[in-house]
Amino acid sequence: MLQAMGLKSIDDLFADISTAVRTKGLAIPKGMSELEVVRHVTAILRANRSGETMPTFLGAGLYDHFVPASVRAITSRSEFSTAYTPYQAEVSQGILQTLWEYQSIICELTGMDAANTSMYDGSTSLGEAALMAHRINGKRQIVIPRALHWERKAVLDSYIVGPGLAIKEYAYDPKTGMADLESLTEATGPETAAVYVESPNFFGRFEEQLSTIRSIAPSILAVGVNPLALAVTKAPGDFGADIVIGEGQPLGNAVNFGGPLIGIFACREEHLRKMPGRVIGLTRDARGHRAFCMTLQTREQHIRRERAMSNICTNETLMAVASAAYVAVLGANGLRSVALDNIRRAKRLAARIDKVKGFQAPAFAGAHFNEFVVRSKVPYSKVARALLKAGLHGGLPLKGRFPELGEAALFATTEVHTDEDYDRLVTVLEGMS
Amino acid sequence: MNFRQAFYEEPILFEKKGNAVKTLDLSDVPPSLRRERLAIPNLPEHEIVRHYTRLSQMNFGIDTGFYPLGSCTMKFNPKFAEELARLVEVTRIHPDQDPSTVQGALRILYELQEILAKISGMDAVTLQPAAGAQGEFTGLLLARRFQIDRGEVRNEVILPDTAHGTNFASAGMLGFQIRELPSFDGRVDLNALERAVNERTLALMLTNPNTLGIFEERVVEIARICHDGGALLYYDGANFNAILGKTSPGQMGFDITHFNTHKTFTTPHGGGGPGAGPVGVKKFLEPYLPVPGIGFDGKGYVLDWDRPKSIGKVRAWFGNFALLVRAYAYILSQGSDGLAEVSERAVLNANYVRQRVQGHLPVPFSGLRKHEFVASGAPLKAKGVRTVDIAKRLMDYGFHPPTIYFPHLVEEALMIEPTETETKETLDAFADALIRITQEDPEVLKAAPHNASVARVDEVQAARQPTLSWRMLQNIQPR
Repeated sequence: MLQAMGLKSIDDLFADISTAVRTKGLAIPKGMSELEVVRHVTAILRANRSGETMPTFLGAGLYDHFVPASVRAITSRSEFSTAYTPYQAEVSQGILQTLWEYQSIICELTGMDAANTSMYDGSTSLGEAALMAHRINGKRQIVIPRALHWERKAVLDSYIVGPGLAIKEYAYDPKTGMADLESLTEATGPETAAVYVESPNFFGRFEEQLSTIRSIAPSILAVGVNPLALAVTKAPGDFGADIVIGEGQPLGNAVNFGGPLIGIFACREEHLRKMPGRVIGLTRDARGHRAFCMTLQTREQHIRRERAMSNICTNETLMAVASAAYVAVLGANGLRSVALDNIRRAKRLAARIDKVKGFQAPAFAGAHFNEFVVRSKVPYSKVARALLKAGLHGGLPLKGRFPELGEAALFATTEVHTDEDYDRLVTVLEGMS
Repeated sequence: MNFRQAFYEEPILFEKKGNAVKTLDLSDVPPSLRRERLAIPNLPEHEIVRHYTRLSQMNFGIDTGFYPLGSCTMKFNPKFAEELARLVEVTRIHPDQDPSTVQGALRILYELQEILAKISGMDAVTLQPAAGAQGEFTGLLLARRFQIDRGEVRNEVILPDTAHGTNFASAGMLGFQIRELPSFDGRVDLNALERAVNERTLALMLTNPNTLGIFEERVVEIARICHDGGALLYYDGANFNAILGKTSPGQMGFDITHFNTHKTFTTPHGGGGPGAGPVGVKKFLEPYLPVPGIGFDGKGYVLDWDRPKSIGKVRAWFGNFALLVRAYAYILSQGSDGLAEVSERAVLNANYVRQRVQGHLPVPFSGLRKHEFVASGAPLKAKGVRTVDIAKRLMDYGFHPPTIYFPHLVEEALMIEPTETETKETLDAFADALIRITQEDPEVLKAAPHNASVARVDEVQAARQPTLSWRMLQNIQPR
């Protein structure tokens, strides 16, 4: 090949990189064989304790659900997994139709007209929703709940740097854990670009006042959801939401130590052209056959550049494929059963913990999805240590960010937990008093 | 011609006839929230597996064939990395777990930070950004915070006219003014740069080699001009595959860089994502990196939240871990020797294909190319043939088309990046096809593709009446 180019050595091809900027090789070890790499990495990973060997009651936005093998079989199809973005529609009909089905599933769950093919995660969906609301109405205040995961809040803070939007917080009702409507009313005003509310909220509590919140919100209402909970609860669209976002991981994706995840993003048709991210549309081919393609690309960075709706390019497409496959494999019957099962498990587990002396669960009265706040008399750090010692992992400590709750933690449960896991958890708690 | 893509008249999921809906006892759901109906069909599992298997067969991936999509570095994705990423010690660990229970994960992240710092010639790395564009966003946030800290208000970002669209969008998202720099002979015009840098310049973002595949030889002077003017220099790592072990952003004088793991370190792109976009910085920017840092305290791996000057967070938790595991495994398998060879082969392959086709399709601008080159389809315009027709026709020969109509500097652009993992036979077959296409009947080209699952897709119609969901389709044509 060098000969064909009239060159003597590979070095000739790098003659344009001057010695002033040349490095003398890479200061990392030499390559390993496949066998060595697999052995090495597997050995390192063995130091992790997974949900398989250590029942874990962490949630807070990410949930370890059972995913049928068919879902992984589908996402492992390398025609999907080793493709790039479907810029060339004619050879990419498979992923385009799959993503269109994903968009349709998200619209069915959320009651929105349009959904994009994903944002990075639930937190960046929130950041993008704030920017979108500002694009729609030019206003500058984003009203968010105090009961919000601090990770989400931190990401929102970064996303609003550009237009310099302001954040206003509204309180939660200390009894129910739902939005404090008086505080919400106070936080809103003529400069409100959007009101953001979550259901289930950070405490796992369903928000039962969405109709009232809609009437209080003077402009855009953005609702954060757990898509699995929507299988048995009303769509935010039914309450007049403009934008629906959420962490989509519970629909068929693993927790993956926090990534990759998938941000859900959906909106009403009237806001479509202000929506960030990639969308797939329906059309025909030259022979009149139904076909799919990326569309409304004039909103996106490669066309609109600095006036694009977002800078997002690479997103979380394969996670969207997993979500579509998961929902399709379960069907409405399966999805609703899983959601309902999660509600009942959380209810039962909270009741069991509540019976243990020195513990209160759920800390907030009313309906929860699959997690709830547990309060303890003893410092929660002691409880967490005792659980770890017993080979279990407790919920997320809340004291640092929610000191008003005292010694408290957020416990989640899903269908992966066995009765034995619950027994072990309760036994450790009983030993604390 | 040796390619015929599968075609199934595959119904949309919602068009399939499902089994009966089961009645559920919803008494555990508050009455005001109860959903009575969910319009998702109930189908046997094997029907779903067939549905998506058929759809997958109507999709082209690297495992299907040659994929010279310029600036996307579509090389073989090693299968061992896939298997590692599917271990339960990757998939079923929660990011809020006590650090003592995820030492393996933290060790991989920590070591990957160290390795990426060495590869890029930077001092510190964050793995948090979810993709390259988010890496840009992160890098610009770091630059902004640094400039504010030293009491300067700088809100202009300089971008060459060959820059990726995401550079513009990332700067735009942060509210910065953009100064577009015209190129000279496909390179940064140093005189124009001298004039552009001023006391409002936050940073210059540069891809090197640039999107024409040309290495900016005068990068040291570019860095000097920027730094003399108080601006920072950002390295867009999209084209890292060209320089591994030869030079590094740090050596070239850059202050900030991002990586695209799905390009350089061959994590599968999943049909559009996920990726991962780690960011490396020089020492003076380290205090601003996102929280938490991942460190080693002599006994174990720890999360460091004590970064008072940090920009905060750009996404939840630590980054796209499962992708970072794949990148880590790939880098270990290549090592210093393998990675250097990656760039050598990638550059060799690109220059070889360029040499094969440039007599038939012009390749504007002088000098060597690195890992990719941009040809022009303009000569075929006289026959009424556009670059899009060439691209669609390439499908009939079993090749994924190159990136087209980018960079804008080249008329009717075809941006070709073969990567290092292709054989001479494949490169020759591709060059032969491209040359043959330039001589084919224009009507055949304009009607292409002929062998893909569907014929030319009407993108104009899709945008004219956006139909993005089953719900929107029902509103247009009631059942």
